[in-house]
Amino acid sequence: MSAVIQAGGLGKAYRRTWALRDCTLAIPDGRVAGLVGPNGAGKTTLLRLAAGLLAPTCGTISVLGEPPAAGPAQLARVGFVAQDTPVYARMSVAGHLRLGAWLNPAWDDALARHRVAQVGLDLRQRAGSLSGGQRAQLALTLALAKRPELLILDEPVASLDPLARREFLRGLMEAVAEHGVSVVLSSHLIADLERVCDYLVVLVASRVQVAGEVSALLASHHRLSGPRRDPGALPPGLEVIEESHTDKQSTLLVRTDQPIHGPSWTVTPVSMEDLVLGYMSRARDDRMPRLEVVP
Amino acid sequence: MIRLSALQFRAQAAAAAAALAVFAVILAATGPHLFSLYDSSGIAACQAHGTCLPLATSFVNELGGFYTVLYFIGIGFLLLVPAIIGTFWAAPLLTREFEAGTFQLAWTQSVTRTRWLAAKLGVGALAAMATVGLFSLLLTWWSGPVDTAAPFAKGNSITFLRLGFVLFPARGITPLGYAAFAFALGVTAGVLIRRTVPAMAATLAAFLFIQIAWPIWVRPHLIPPARAFVALTAANIPDAELAVGPGGSTILVPSLPGMTGDWIISTQNIDPAGHPFNVNTVSACQGNTPQACTNALSTLHLRAAITYQPASRFWALQWYETGIFLAAAVLLAGFCFWSIRSRRLSR
Repeated sequence: MSAVIQAGGLGKAYRRTWALRDCTLAIPDGRVAGLVGPNGAGKTTLLRLAAGLLAPTCGTISVLGEPPAAGPAQLARVGFVAQDTPVYARMSVAGHLRLGAWLNPAWDDALARHRVAQVGLDLRQRAGSLSGGQRAQLALTLALAKRPELLILDEPVASLDPLARREFLRGLMEAVAEHGVSVVLSSHLIADLERVCDYLVVLVASRVQVAGEVSALLASHHRLSGPRRDPGALPPGLEVIEESHTDKQSTLLVRTDQPIHGPSWTVTPVSMEDLVLGYMSRARDDRMPRLEVVP
Repeated sequence: MIRLSALQFRAQAAAAAAALAVFAVILAATGPHLFSLYDSSGIAACQAHGTCLPLATSFVNELGGFYTVLYFIGIGFLLLVPAIIGTFWAAPLLTREFEAGTFQLAWTQSVTRTRWLAAKLGVGALAAMATVGLFSLLLTWWSGPVDTAAPFAKGNSITFLRLGFVLFPARGITPLGYAAFAFALGVTAGVLIRRTVPAMAATLAAFLFIQIAWPIWVRPHLIPPARAFVALTAANIPDAELAVGPGGSTILVPSLPGMTGDWIISTQNIDPAGHPFNVNTVSACQGNTPQACTNALSTLHLRAAITYQPASRFWALQWYETGIFLAAAVLLAGFCFWSIRSRRLSR
């Protein structure tokens, strides 16, 4: 299994502050990978490093086996849709397609024109007067028509209304099905990721909290609820991700590859949202200093 | 990439073409009359007959307000155009992409950012130099009669010297050097500051500073100036002008009929021992008749030491200055490439 994005000890500092620090991850080939995490986790920085827009302060990153933006050939293999999908406001839709044709040797003009017609963009319209959803579709069209092997999208749907969001993701999924392109997509909207991703990376404070196939992750995580008890008394092989207790009851999010035995527990499957929130709150609790009782 | 840069540059190119067209029409309409006035004035042959002063003076007086105003507008325009290019073309060239985020679109096409910048800089700098070059050609042609006649005319000043503060940067090839430099300066300000309005302000301020400081501190020394000594005698003292010399002293500046068109950088009065001389120290010049003062001064064997650039050095100075500004533009462009490649601008 080869990795589309592989990072080791990757860090990026702006003056004194670290936007991303000591990040190690590998995103496998042929997936639609969702990168999820709270604001400030370093998602945008990681994706900009992967697109070669930034140079790392330390550590290594390779994209499709090469350093990002190593040359025209590497650039041609990666499509990038930046946050807020910037386009040239005064250039028409047709102008953007011409730009794509000029700057990309593998440009697929038929694909671009087909997509533009499909999403209902007017070729003569200036990009600055497009709606947010249309602009995102134009940016996605540009990225797809260069026929990349990997498509990186940074919060592509964050600013779109629900309908535009669904249309955008549907278009993305159609393109993935048709052209077999690998996708890495960041979002803080878990419901959207759930709809499109088959691989998940939870990133909190530059660290990968969990990464894996969505189906495998969902199969190995469970919510246990039962009478209140000490989590230490659980059978071995169970990793507690998150726990909450009331006076009478304990609720645990656990990870295990084995079946859970114990008649006193009620075992329920978890959703992707439960899983992501569980890992995010665990990471937050680890970073918060524990309260100490002052004598 | 060059096609895209040219496309993105078309608004500026259209503005430049429109301004050029307006100028060309005005100058083409008025030029023939100006040339016929010049031809009938007889200035072309005046040096052989020694009649330059009256002929040139009457020619300049005959020109009238319209032509004089147009002449100065042309000079002012040529001095301003490089600053305008640096401020309005070059400074926003990259900052607009940074502010709108579109650099992320441009830098993730199958073109390296080095080529992206090369195309942007190349197209812009060529357009800047072509614009200024055409303006310079047009105005140099149209102003030719005035430029030739004015230095001979009565009451002229350094303003009309081809080597002077005003004409030198508005004639010949120096405007090309300024255009390239102003363009590179604006792009560099954009790379460093990344925001459009502050980058524009910085470009304008820096360029105007250089435009003012350069002729004061640098241009006189591009070629070591020549020195001439003129004896102050009873014959030329009455026509000499009084001026403020080094250290607040009063000096006599003799008129120099043989030095038409030379750029006089400084004048000093020196005594036979070679020491600087202050005319105010001569008691005969304190409140006496001018004749008494002249008589007293003429016995002192004073000389005026004149530091100057001969008019014949016009083209040498032009080439030096243009070369320096072009080299500075290349250095600034090199910095932009280095910055874009190594620092990888984030926003």
